[in-house]
Amino acid sequence: MNVHEYQAKQIFAKYGVPTPKGIMVESVKDAVIAAEELGGPIWVVKAQIHAGGRGLGGGVKLAKSLEEVETLANEILGMTLVTHQTTAEGKLVQKLYIEDGADIKDEFYLSVVLDRKLEMPLIMASTEGGMNIEDVAENTPEKIITIPVDPAIGFQGFHGRELAFGLGITDKNEQKKIISFAQKLFKLYMELDAEMIEINPLVRTGTGDFLALDGKMGFDNSALGRQPEIAAMRDLTEEDPDEVEAAHYGLSYVALDGEIGCMVNGAGLAMGTMDTINYMGGTPANFLDVGGSANAETVAKGFEIILKNPNVKAIFVNIFGGIVRCDRIANGIIEATKITDVNVPVIVRLDGTNAPEASEILKNANIENLIVASDLGDGAAKSVAAAKGE
Amino acid sequence: MSILVNKDTKVIVQGFTGKEGSFHAEQCLAYGTKIVGGVTPNKGGQEHLGQPVFNTVSEAVKATGATVSMIFVPPAFVGDAVMEAAEAGIELAVIITEGAPVKDMQMAKAHATKHGMKTLGPNCPGIITAEECKIGIMPGMIFKKGNVGLISKSGTLTYEGTNQVVKAGYGITTAVGIGGDPIIGLSYNQLLPMFEADPDTECIVMIGEIGGDLEIQAAKLIKEQITKPVVAFIAGQTAPKGKTMGHAGAIVSGSAGTAAEKMAALEAVGVKVVVSPAEIGKAVKEILG
Repeated sequence: MNVHEYQAKQIFAKYGVPTPKGIMVESVKDAVIAAEELGGPIWVVKAQIHAGGRGLGGGVKLAKSLEEVETLANEILGMTLVTHQTTAEGKLVQKLYIEDGADIKDEFYLSVVLDRKLEMPLIMASTEGGMNIEDVAENTPEKIITIPVDPAIGFQGFHGRELAFGLGITDKNEQKKIISFAQKLFKLYMELDAEMIEINPLVRTGTGDFLALDGKMGFDNSALGRQPEIAAMRDLTEEDPDEVEAAHYGLSYVALDGEIGCMVNGAGLAMGTMDTINYMGGTPANFLDVGGSANAETVAKGFEIILKNPNVKAIFVNIFGGIVRCDRIANGIIEATKITDVNVPVIVRLDGTNAPEASEILKNANIENLIVASDLGDGAAKSVAAAKGE
Repeated sequence: MSILVNKDTKVIVQGFTGKEGSFHAEQCLAYGTKIVGGVTPNKGGQEHLGQPVFNTVSEAVKATGATVSMIFVPPAFVGDAVMEAAEAGIELAVIITEGAPVKDMQMAKAHATKHGMKTLGPNCPGIITAEECKIGIMPGMIFKKGNVGLISKSGTLTYEGTNQVVKAGYGITTAVGIGGDPIIGLSYNQLLPMFEADPDTECIVMIGEIGGDLEIQAAKLIKEQITKPVVAFIAGQTAPKGKTMGHAGAIVSGSAGTAAEKMAALEAVGVKVVVSPAEIGKAVKEILG
């Protein structure tokens, strides 16, 4: 789960990680009030959406007067922001963050992420702040320093020294400040079950202070149960409504841009089904994992979500029945076609326990548009043909 | 022969009396697995499914001599359960539970390693040595005994791959589900050498997916250490970037962890890479003849 910049900064402030002062607003009027309260003389008006690259997309602008704050708030609020991290349709800006302008001397990059290879958190830092870090990693990898921190020992002094010297910070007072900054950041990373924190840029001001000018945070979904304050920060308007609805019913759904709807049990087989459709010359319309216990209700919900997509020309139901017997799933599919109006061909492949019985049940049900497939390859081929109207 | 588990392996179940634990332990017992007891705090001294229940893993190990634990406790308690098993002298913990916090798994796996305990999972279907020992939630009846070893991140693709191997006229030595979480226990690089050393395994099927680089590491190991033929499928060739595809670890971040990259790395070291799981059976048949 991701949070907005203003929420990340609330969390930073709570842990003593320095950030410029700022206020989140949802109207132009409140933007001006917030700017007055902050005092100026320079403000930054920032679009709050869950995507990076907001500055380049025109969603972050500097204001030098209250009038300018008003003009910019008017311009940015309600705009559809397209960045390299959004879809081509972009994201609607519904919230703004009005922030004190900072006296920027240098820009750095600092992040904490999970290193899956080392199986521990990794602090990454660079003197190339404000740039796309993937470009820095590609073009000048020597400018990125990486410091793994074993959670069993936590953030030690040597981690801090590696960071400070690695960034070429020589002033002793500044060294203390950047080490304390990183230490607090690591503490909150661990305590709050964060998945990643990225500060780009982290700035050094004219007075030698370090400030988080931006803040991006993602959290481990599996840990939200024990992080109620973080869970409460979830902004559903930033998520795909169909994915949210699917998750509510225990389904895992991701929309794609093809023509063949897929309903599969298990994430691996669901991806494998998409790949097979693609291999056979078709295009998958979605990823949908109905989970281990596919029944009439989940299958019906799956049909409903898949059919919301107007591009869908056929649906491939691919279930490998293990513990859940295929005859039961077959009955579930028949029930589901009664609950939901399915107006495209449905290709069903059921394999595993009691598969022959399931096949009989489906054939005897005499449902219009229902095509029984014998295996994965056969099902994918029949789906591709059906989508082409063959 | 087989790897890791066989008909003599003694197994306990952590989360034995819970709904999931009970259901699957019963299925495992019916398959012939030697489940010798289970652990549920405050239910020690009772009997469940004809087996003794203990309050702690340590008691269970002392009383039964179990070397493997199958873990079904709820996600928030998985880390604790794994560390308890490690300190009690369990040799292999098979973690079935889905949704364990990643931080807990970092700690638990490091602790397990320190105590010399192997782990499988979390969020995996378990491990099965065909017609001998099933420790997990897979449908046992599809695993016919044979000479193909299988390693997979995905549960249903384990079944799909196995089914095809069996339909092609072959069978399985041991099939291992390693799980699709960001941090997992035993993986390709520990399991491939075990299959290499197992005299009954003649061909290895490895099923991977997008995210992380375990398959790339496996390609390096295959080049150096594996002489047996390997068939591979990588799920997620058509997955969009930056989206988590069901499994918490199945995500392409930036340009890293794509299916194309993994397929190319495996192909380069002589692995027979299939573009669809529907081709696994055929590929095995081509190799084993």
